[in-house]
Amino acid sequence: MKSLLKLHSLKGFLRPSLPSAIAHGLPGRQSSHFTYVPDTVAEAEGETVRQNLFQSINSALDFALATDDSAVIFGEDVGFGGVFRCTVGLQDKYGKDRVFNTPLCEQGIAGFAIGVAVGGATSIAEMQFADYIFPAFDQIVNEAAKYRYRSGNLFDCGKLTIRAPCGAVGHGALYHSQSPEAYFAHTPGLKIVVPRGPIKAKGLLLSCIRDNNPCIFLEPKVLYRSAVEMVPTKEYTLPLSTADVLDEGDDITLLGWGTQVHVLREVAQIARQQLNLSCEVIDLVTILPWDRQTVFNSVKKTGRLIIAHEAPITNGFGAEIAAAVQNECFLHLEAPIERVCGFDTPFPHVFEPFYLPDKWRCFSAVKKLLNY
Amino acid sequence: MAGRLSWSAANVARRSFGLQLRGRRQAQLINSRTLSSALGEEQPNFPGSRSKWTEKLEFVQPDLYDGIPVYRVMNRKGEIIDPAYDPKLEKDTLVKMYKRMTMLNTMDRIMYESQRQGRISFYMTNYGEEGTHIGSAAALDDNDLVYGQYREAGVLMWRGFPLDRFMNQCYGNEGDMGKGRQMPVHYGSTEHKFVTISSPLATQMPQAVGTAYAFKRAQNGLCVICYFGEGTSSEGDAHAAFNFSATLDCQSYFCRNNGYAISTPTSEQYRGDGVAARGPAYGMATIRVDGNDVFAVYNATKAARHLAVTENRPVLIEAMTYRIGHHSTSDDSSAYRSVDEVRHWDSTQHPIARLRAHLVQQGYWNEAQEKEWKDDCKRQVMQSFARAERRQKPGWKALFTDVYDDMPEHLQEQYDYMRSHVEEYEDHYPTKHFAKD
Repeated sequence: MKSLLKLHSLKGFLRPSLPSAIAHGLPGRQSSHFTYVPDTVAEAEGETVRQNLFQSINSALDFALATDDSAVIFGEDVGFGGVFRCTVGLQDKYGKDRVFNTPLCEQGIAGFAIGVAVGGATSIAEMQFADYIFPAFDQIVNEAAKYRYRSGNLFDCGKLTIRAPCGAVGHGALYHSQSPEAYFAHTPGLKIVVPRGPIKAKGLLLSCIRDNNPCIFLEPKVLYRSAVEMVPTKEYTLPLSTADVLDEGDDITLLGWGTQVHVLREVAQIARQQLNLSCEVIDLVTILPWDRQTVFNSVKKTGRLIIAHEAPITNGFGAEIAAAVQNECFLHLEAPIERVCGFDTPFPHVFEPFYLPDKWRCFSAVKKLLNY
Repeated sequence: MAGRLSWSAANVARRSFGLQLRGRRQAQLINSRTLSSALGEEQPNFPGSRSKWTEKLEFVQPDLYDGIPVYRVMNRKGEIIDPAYDPKLEKDTLVKMYKRMTMLNTMDRIMYESQRQGRISFYMTNYGEEGTHIGSAAALDDNDLVYGQYREAGVLMWRGFPLDRFMNQCYGNEGDMGKGRQMPVHYGSTEHKFVTISSPLATQMPQAVGTAYAFKRAQNGLCVICYFGEGTSSEGDAHAAFNFSATLDCQSYFCRNNGYAISTPTSEQYRGDGVAARGPAYGMATIRVDGNDVFAVYNATKAARHLAVTENRPVLIEAMTYRIGHHSTSDDSSAYRSVDEVRHWDSTQHPIARLRAHLVQQGYWNEAQEKEWKDDCKRQVMQSFARAERRQKPGWKALFTDVYDDMPEHLQEQYDYMRSHVEEYEDHYPTKHFAKD
């Protein structure tokens, strides 16, 4: 399926709207570390509806089932609507043979999901939390990622998509907060996508489902309810491996994905107000294969790069980007590339505010690079 | 106490071996309702099980019964034991079964030797397990999808996978449809409905369930069969697969229990009654067969296929065999088992010898045919082998393709880099053995 929202129209399609973000208060028992910045769409994109992230994902899944009779959705507790409500109503609408619970076993879910795709059907699996994807690591890394290559393209599981809620949520501690994208980014054959909000999530998830490669779709769970946007009601896809330049700027490039994008947008705003700096904020969107050109172009323009992600710093995906950028943009760099990330510790419970690469840590990095 | 145990044993027996599988659950429900109303007591109503109360503190012991029996059709002399179970296969089918088994055996001998001579990097023989392959493959529809482990080349042989393709894969030459990427014996074929083998054990098991589920929804009348060894059954994926197949109502399994996982004997692999005993615990119809009896394997697979396709129920078949060969060319099995033990199985229980004895009794085969066929087999394999050895390797660009459906930009750059590197340093790379891109 062709993308309905063409790449060149994206810049106008996604406009920042800071004031309204503040109106969308944030849930959770702790105050959040970010202010959500909703995307908006041009009127030309047609009818829109107010949806949060879980609702837009539900809408994408609805279209996936409606347009492809072979598509099935399964995982732990997806039948009644899912613990995050992403599959709500789908079993009633499409039947128990298309939206169903599996036994509680992640390696089984992943293996089963691969088999469904090998059998020629569209396979949409859910891991209840990205923290629990590791039992399925072997199936994903040794099997799904290598299926096409090892068989000489005789067999593939391209119709497979694995969805998993990821990221910090305020109080998720060790096993309800992880961002495992870097583990998978070391695996040729996979595509890894992280949306920053409802509009992106709907289009990207449909793209993943229809892409002919196994995809891992990581959904920042803190946004499920807190991120609200006016989402086009129509069916649309958005391109994979294409980063979004959200705020254009000349002084420094701020790169992140998922929830962290919203942290960085606020950092850009603070930097403008306090330092009169113009920051270019980029949402990487796809971790693998990542949009190197957009990042390189930006760094060549600004000469400075900060990469921020929630996952631990050592061997996080920021390391890959930093290495590639220094290799490609060496003569343009005016300061070392800075990574602002989670610390090299497990994700803690009560210390979450001190663990996350929040706006003040990112802002501090901006000042550091500026004064280098 | 004795009475309680014998009831349990009878119940286990009924669950495990009952041929009238349809309505089994219903019969049990009626049975327990009758019992409880006779006692005038309410039954336990826990959602997690269906059972009765007991006031006796008794552990269910694993040696409650003598083990699931091994189903056989013919004895070691190739004689049918109970004519009612003779599959009565046509002469042509029987001869074909025999020929494919022996062809596999011939190919194994030649490829094993070629590895010893360093002409291919690795090989795994199928000695002693040829009957499990051919007997089961013959009972399937040729369009049923097969997921294997690595010691099931006979299934491909039965389906007419050409000798050249076996050889091309082992040589990783340009005729290999797998493009030379995997180790030898990792065969795959879309025409022969045989999913490409991968080395990680048991991963194919839950995958087979997923495919069976897709087939069930597509209502294509096909079955999925998944082969694995008893060592593999210890992997978590085996547990996942059994449980998923039962709860999601799909497909069939085929276990080759040959006594060893590399050097590990079954006594260190499990303490229960083999793999078969786990079947009923997952809610699967289960049978254990003599894997050296090609007819027993055939009958069980045929019945299992019928159950799987008509009732969408998983079936577990455990075929008892003995791994006569070494685990692989990287293994010397005399380091952990006696030569006498191997000789015993090779000389007295071999599936090929048993089928040959049966064919001779039927007047379908004789010494002259045997000699002619042996020579013919050897010639065919040697010729194919020579052809494969002469072929060059695929163009090395195939190192970079098929990682994704299309080659992403970064991979294209890596290919371009390697191409110019190889141009500059060509003397240091074996380019002359590889096809030009």
